[in-house]
Amino acid sequence: MTQASPSQAALPDISGYTVVPQRHWKRWLAVAVIAVLLAGLVRAFAQGQIEWRYVGQFLTAQSILSGLVNTVLMSIGAMALGIALGITAAVMRMSPNPVLQGVAMGYAWLFRGTPVILQLLLWFNLALVFPTIGFGDWSWRTVDVMTPAVAALLGLGINQGAYTSEVMRAGMLSVDQGQYEAAKAIGMTRMMSLRRIVFPQAMRVIIPPLGNEFIGMIKLTSLASVIQFAEILHNAQNIYYANSRVIELLIVAGIWYLVVVSILTPGQMLLERHFARGTQGGR
Amino acid sequence: MKAAEMGRPLVSIAGVHKHFGSFHALKGVSLDVHAGEVMCIIGASGSGKTTLLRCINQLVEIDRGAIWVDGELTGYRIEGTRLHRLPEKEIARQRLATGMVFQRFNLFPHMTALENIIEGPVRVQRRPRAEVVAEARALLARVGLESKADAYPAALSGGQQQRVAIARALAMKPKLMLFDEPTSALDPELVGEVLAAMKELAASGMTMIVVTHELGFAREVADRVVYMDAGMIVESGTAAEVLGSPKEARTRAFLSAVLS
Repeated sequence: MTQASPSQAALPDISGYTVVPQRHWKRWLAVAVIAVLLAGLVRAFAQGQIEWRYVGQFLTAQSILSGLVNTVLMSIGAMALGIALGITAAVMRMSPNPVLQGVAMGYAWLFRGTPVILQLLLWFNLALVFPTIGFGDWSWRTVDVMTPAVAALLGLGINQGAYTSEVMRAGMLSVDQGQYEAAKAIGMTRMMSLRRIVFPQAMRVIIPPLGNEFIGMIKLTSLASVIQFAEILHNAQNIYYANSRVIELLIVAGIWYLVVVSILTPGQMLLERHFARGTQGGR
Repeated sequence: MKAAEMGRPLVSIAGVHKHFGSFHALKGVSLDVHAGEVMCIIGASGSGKTTLLRCINQLVEIDRGAIWVDGELTGYRIEGTRLHRLPEKEIARQRLATGMVFQRFNLFPHMTALENIIEGPVRVQRRPRAEVVAEARALLARVGLESKADAYPAALSGGQQQRVAIARALAMKPKLMLFDEPTSALDPELVGEVLAAMKELAASGMTMIVVTHELGFAREVADRVVYMDAGMIVESGTAAEVLGSPKEARTRAFLSAVLS
């Protein structure tokens, strides 16, 4: 705009002026209000009846740490089972075979339709229905097999699979029909095209809700405390039953849940970046 | 008519019918294509030309009639006087005889150009990777894209994507290439490069069935032109016959509508 056109002759030349950014005074006001509220909250908790030294002491207690390990392992195990079942159910639901479709729909209906806590209690008490499981010489007492850990894994994993199947199905539906056709045209069977062509593309759509589900699962494992599974909340409760430091131990458990979830979030971002290859925003 | 004296046709379509719900898309189509022949199918949208092409490699299952590719009945096994529907694996194997190029390219977006091309030979045909990669690079050079081997489809223009798609189909070493309106989704300035790749392919002796609106390409390259309307073949002959002096009134009406 150095060369003004004849019609602009009357307008002032602003090319040398300084640009002043917009002042966000409302933002600063909001920051001030939040800071005051936060300070009040911290002060209230500092003066409240919380013995913070107990929090520090129990944060790394043996029982809490083993509970944390159990929580993490159970989350991973149940989620792995859930993903495996979810993929299977989604592939069955999208298959041309009406029997498989029906089975997949029935599975989702049954396990989404009942509370997880009820399913956990059912698995844990399976011995009441089947005192032994197995065939002939190969059989065991159900109470020996259905430990709290096994019951929790089955209860949480199978329930998760019902939800994950819908996430997987949404992912498969998000892939263009032309991709299925192109895969067929180079001689792929349905299974190979799902594995090589469809799922790698569906991952972009699948991972954000799946990360959500994983975070949900970490907290859902706390329900397994009702069937005596020794996860972190269960162990924290056992300690406060003995020493009555209820709030302190709940804070300890809360801190660890937050730590685990905070570690997961960047992991999800890395996965998303990997599966975004070939798209804008990817490599 | 170099193809007429060549004996058994490579593709033989006999009395094929196809319905989509209540819509009768193909009404008894019969057609032979000989090895080395380039056939262009023209017609208005909805005339059934794309459906016919998709029936040949079984992306669409026919209701009645028969399609033979290289002497093999597609989709069915003959036992006495009964036809048994083939299992999916067998149909996938039969599709290896044909390569297909789509209107919307349908490259795999999560793979580079090279990975797109080697996917079928390596995963489906289970051929040694090193050999396939060398062939794929040669194919990319043939369509003028040797420098784009490691580019993802999103980084390629439409014309480049379609040329990669042609290379991907050729990598399977098909006996027959099917083109479904390969230039219809392209910006006008990119049509030429794709047609040039197709002309080169035709000159190399590949058998091609091309559904197209490019009458110039049909006139220049096609051994035979077929005009379809309302699910039937209206007229068929050399490019000069069908495009130059059409006998049927419907063909004349279509051509004058397209050329005006």
